[in-house]
Amino acid sequence: MTLDKVKEGQRLRIVALPGPDIRAQAIRFGIAEGELVTCTDIIPGGPIIIAKNRQEIAIGRGLAEKITVKPVAAPAPVKSLARRRAYGLPRS
Amino acid sequence: MACHDLNHDLNIPAGVRKIVLAGNPNVGKSVFFNAFTGLYVDVSNFPGTTLEISHARVGSDFILDTPGVYGVSSFNDEEKVARDVILGADIVINVVNAVHLERDLFLTQQIIDMGIPMIVALNMVDEATRQGITIDIKELERLLGVPVIPTVAVKGQGLKEVKQAVAHAQRGNSLPELEEMLPLLQQKTHSQAEALLILEGDPYVAARHHVKPIDRQEEIYLARRRRVDAIVAAVVKETSTGASWGTRLSRWMMQPLTGIPILVATLWLLYEFIGVFIAQTVVGITEDGLMKGYYEPFIRNLISPWLPPTSVPGALLIGEFGILTMTVTYVLGLLLPLVLGFYLGLSTLEDSGYLPRIAVLVDRVLMRLGLNGRGIIPIILGFGCVTAATITTRLLGSIRERRIATFLLAMAIPCSAQLAVITSMLVRLGHGYTILYVILIGSILVLTGTALNWLLPGQPSDLFIDLPPLRWPQPVNILKKTATRASSFIQEAAPLFAGGALLIGILQVTGLLAALQNLLAPVTVNWLQLPKEAATAFIMGFVRRDFGAAGLYSLPLTPAQSLVALTTITIFVPCIASALVIFKERGWREGVIIWPTILLLAFFIGGVISHILI
Repeated sequence: MTLDKVKEGQRLRIVALPGPDIRAQAIRFGIAEGELVTCTDIIPGGPIIIAKNRQEIAIGRGLAEKITVKPVAAPAPVKSLARRRAYGLPRS
Repeated sequence: MACHDLNHDLNIPAGVRKIVLAGNPNVGKSVFFNAFTGLYVDVSNFPGTTLEISHARVGSDFILDTPGVYGVSSFNDEEKVARDVILGADIVINVVNAVHLERDLFLTQQIIDMGIPMIVALNMVDEATRQGITIDIKELERLLGVPVIPTVAVKGQGLKEVKQAVAHAQRGNSLPELEEMLPLLQQKTHSQAEALLILEGDPYVAARHHVKPIDRQEEIYLARRRRVDAIVAAVVKETSTGASWGTRLSRWMMQPLTGIPILVATLWLLYEFIGVFIAQTVVGITEDGLMKGYYEPFIRNLISPWLPPTSVPGALLIGEFGILTMTVTYVLGLLLPLVLGFYLGLSTLEDSGYLPRIAVLVDRVLMRLGLNGRGIIPIILGFGCVTAATITTRLLGSIRERRIATFLLAMAIPCSAQLAVITSMLVRLGHGYTILYVILIGSILVLTGTALNWLLPGQPSDLFIDLPPLRWPQPVNILKKTATRASSFIQEAAPLFAGGALLIGILQVTGLLAALQNLLAPVTVNWLQLPKEAATAFIMGFVRRDFGAAGLYSLPLTPAQSLVALTTITIFVPCIASALVIFKERGWREGVIIWPTILLLAFFIGGVISHILI
């Protein structure tokens, strides 16, 4: 599936990034192919925000459509609401 | 050689040690720079770009700042400048954000791979502790192979230690993968740093050594990323990850439902500060009180015994558009406070980390105008000064976006000086006309952007940006930034102003101004339905847009006529300074197309509104 189809709080693995420039910039940001990230925010009709630890990247919708990702099962449930939000997990 | 160029371009004496500050954007480099250099800092435009490099001599050392970058290569102007300054460095002080080690150490490892002696200033360790991050500094030092000093730069902690550590700067542990790749090229370039950049496919460095760039960039980048991730895994322990207030605010800023009200409130505050407090209260004191009340009578009394204002040189010096009267009043009384106020607001927005979040919020809308979210930055800047904003269109991803942004700036964004005059005229007309004016200019902006997006071949590039953490801006930093920017702006604007005033003055004393008024009468009187004298305002508008608006101020106009005149003058050609920048940035061919197009559109749209309203 592509990055624009993910849900907020979803954990995913980056499978493929388009073009050498985007790939180089992505490696610098620490979100190279094979990396595990979390979708922390989706702006309706707009960019998708993904996070790896504390690093947050905003990706325009058009680019998100060209990034292949694979959903990964969420880790063991986190109970504290504050921590859930920090991980980008949905409220419930 | 690059280092030779650098010495020459920035006027660095031979034999001094060049210490370069490098780091990602927003890590607090400038705080280090200010702390090390004190008051006497030179700011120069880096050759071939409009980026400013701060540098200062301290004892036998020469300290240089660099633009914040995520890595050294040639993706954009910032990186090219940072690359050349770092290539010329004897020692690099790499400032690293302790909260964002994974991102920041990529640049650190790259500078290590370049083989340049360096030290790492691990900044914001207090913030890291607060967020439950502990970093094993001894282990980090061992893995990188360079001294690492924990600091809290804004509180002055660790700065002295960093200064002392410069003596112990070392070449760190470079990637083992590079050992077999580098030697061959190194013989040719005599520099590990340049050899590395050629291996990473940098076309400019390769061209300097007359070799073909070798594209092993991805391979090296991935190896570096693996190493950085391994280092971070070994030295960082996170004990808790409490969602901070900042995380929540960051979300609110980007989601339209909450983000739009936050943006509107921010812009309103900025308007209250710049448009009301500075443009009316402060300028009232500086322009009308100080300059027109004391300075102008003083200089007139001083000059008129020698050169009466009725004589030609007298009129040029101290007449209505005099170089010693109008120019000085405008530059010091009007422009300086406005520009200071604007840069104060902008620097605060920049340092808080809000700008990238605005870019995310408006990305969807701007994509329709052929820009991505980043395009909002030149547009916001444009409300301060269209000239400065046109220069920043360089940060946009493609030529197509720079073209669209430049055109929109020249056409539909009134600058702060012009806004001040426009606001005071609109206040006289009442709320209805003010709202109508905002809607008119807003629709012109949207329509033009949409039309350009449709006309120009290609697609807007997609947003792909890092979201730095939100934080409180540091007053000292903001003040220093504001002062530097405002002074370089005034230095550039003052001669242009003087030239413009001289031109208008000559037109006036030779009677050409009146002749031009008559020549333009068919347009002003018949088509726009304005008094003949409005032509002067338009001619003045060539010199500076706000001159133009100011020229309308004294004319007896009906409310409807005022609206027509204000709309026309807003769209009307950019001032000489920004026109020159357009020519410089976009080239003569494009400039020659942009200019008359906007001129014709201004009169066309103005006339259409006039025939609807009047």
